[in-house]
Amino acid sequence: MASITMTKLGKIYPDGTRAVGDVDLEIVDGEFLVLVGPSGCGKSTILRMIAGLEEISEGEMYIGETLVNDVQPKDRDIAMVFQNYALYPHMTVYDNMAFGLKLRKMDKADIDRRVKEAAAVLEITEFLDRKPKALSGGQRQRVAMGRAIVREPKAFLMDEPLSNLDAKLRVQMRTELSELHHRLKTTTVYVTHDQIEAMTLGHRVAVLKPVTAARPDNLSQVASPGELYSNPVNMFVAGFIGSPAMNMVNATLEQDATGLYAKFAGLRLLVDQVAIDRHPGLVERLGEQLVLGIRPGNFEAEAITGPAPDRTITATVTVAEMLGYETFVHFELEQPPVVTPDIEELLADTGADVSSLGDTTKFTARVTSDVPVSLGQELTVTVDTTKLHFFDPATGLRVGTAV
Amino acid sequence: MTATTATTANRGRKRPRVSIAGIHIALFVYTMVALGPVLLIVMNSLKSRRAIFDSPFAFPTSETFSLKGYETVFDRAAFEKYFLNSIVITVVTVAAVILFGAMAAHALAEYNFTGNTMMGLYLAVGVMIPIRLGTVSILKLMVKLGLVNTHLSLILVYTAMGLPLAVFILSQFFRQVPQSLKDAARIDGAGEYRIFWLAMPLIRPGLAAVGVFTMLPVWNDLWFPLILAPGESTKTVTLGAQVFLGQFVSDWPSVLAALTLAMIPILILYLIFSRQMLRGIMSGAIK
Repeated sequence: MASITMTKLGKIYPDGTRAVGDVDLEIVDGEFLVLVGPSGCGKSTILRMIAGLEEISEGEMYIGETLVNDVQPKDRDIAMVFQNYALYPHMTVYDNMAFGLKLRKMDKADIDRRVKEAAAVLEITEFLDRKPKALSGGQRQRVAMGRAIVREPKAFLMDEPLSNLDAKLRVQMRTELSELHHRLKTTTVYVTHDQIEAMTLGHRVAVLKPVTAARPDNLSQVASPGELYSNPVNMFVAGFIGSPAMNMVNATLEQDATGLYAKFAGLRLLVDQVAIDRHPGLVERLGEQLVLGIRPGNFEAEAITGPAPDRTITATVTVAEMLGYETFVHFELEQPPVVTPDIEELLADTGADVSSLGDTTKFTARVTSDVPVSLGQELTVTVDTTKLHFFDPATGLRVGTAV
Repeated sequence: MTATTATTANRGRKRPRVSIAGIHIALFVYTMVALGPVLLIVMNSLKSRRAIFDSPFAFPTSETFSLKGYETVFDRAAFEKYFLNSIVITVVTVAAVILFGAMAAHALAEYNFTGNTMMGLYLAVGVMIPIRLGTVSILKLMVKLGLVNTHLSLILVYTAMGLPLAVFILSQFFRQVPQSLKDAARIDGAGEYRIFWLAMPLIRPGLAAVGVFTMLPVWNDLWFPLILAPGESTKTVTLGAQVFLGQFVSDWPSVLAALTLAMIPILILYLIFSRQMLRGIMSGAIK
């Protein structure tokens, strides 16, 4: 086991395109770190650079205390799990798991012990004599995990290992991965596209975004899942983490004797002191246009909360999604949508562009399903104004964040 | 509009039956054309000389049946020897082409080095230019090297002849081997040679195809054995059969017997390779 340290890491392909830039990241011994971001954000490239499969163009990479920039993959003592499992099709499960150990000329009895132990942990003992093609997707994924575990490496690198599984199995394997890491405590770097996987698995999550000419660095924020959710440092992280995504609207601040208000679409929300404290310097930006972010989870039907003057939004329901224990209510505010580079990038990840936003601001609010909601109905929802987020539309950064 | 659609639909439903019959007729005719001469050779090799000329299209009967041709083949000429020569040359050539072709193809598919594309094109040129154009210089070279009338001369020439196409085909197959598999092996600690051998079983259909493509022209070739290795000790079957073809008299039963015998080993090799080839095609189709 070891830590992994990257300083000013960068990757430029021979044709001159930059995939990774200026990544400073320290993964401490035993940590489960998730690299998450939209496609093209360089997360897999970083992982492959840790593995040694991709040359490092800039910066330094340490595994433990060793500088590994020029160390071959086989000498880095790391194990990798691939998205498509990458099992050797002509070898049995046992041989697949033993392959790396055999190449390292390990004693036969030791190999046997390690393989059997790992197989027992992963509950694949009965398949040891089978070929990969006789296994289901989930079983193949376990074998791939087993192949990594038997090596007892300094670190596990996982490249979207669950994305080829069906939804139900993915959730189950996710839990098992968590348990496995808890048991082995091996440093793990996990790449995923799926922010739910990132939030549930990671001790810390690094949110990456594609490098652009204007911003040649990928790392947006590295923090615990809770911190990412409650204090995203910029609009990109705010919009990427959380499902459904955070609602954003252009708003201006105004102050009167009763307090600080955020004004948008003809509405006024009283900004709670807690929110003001979370955004140092917020009160100095009266009259300026800011972006107000509200998570869908920070709404509740007024019928439940009781009257809450200056903290409600009333709108016509356009879509109501009943999930059983809660309902997601969609409505529109008569105000042009927020358009910034961060928003465009988030849209690009879903294959959409700015034109798909239309000319209204679309909101999603979560309400308890005890309140009956029907299409076209006027609904008043209360906002938890302690949890408001304010961003600077020019930089995309959270108000109060040092540039 | 509706009517047209209906007719199209009707025709669409009926067409498969018609076309399947058509396909079978076409295939049957083609098979007859392709197998007819072969059948004639086999049939007539089992008849007496007189019967061959009297009724070449008749099956051998109890009166016309004769193994004279086969007896002559084994008595008069060292046919076992010719067989062995052909088999040695073909097998070694196929092995060499598969091994070196796969190595080159793997390198071209796997590594990004300067001149990679140029190298691929250079080899592709080899597919287009027939090696026989160089016969004179090849002969001169072999004379200088003292390799005339050796197995090695033929093996070298045939390997050179088979390699370009082999590299061309196999590099496509190697490109289909998932990158992650090679990466996984690299992380597991495999060296580059190990990775090559790991990828080999995955392209078995390609290897089988190359085996067939390489084997047939080598076995059937008359040109290079005649020029490079016409000596009694290195004669191949195809060349050996020529001894029965004289300027004035041809011993047809023996020629036909020799040709019939020459088909057997190549048929066996073909069956081995084609099974691999089919397995590859099938597994690709179902998955």
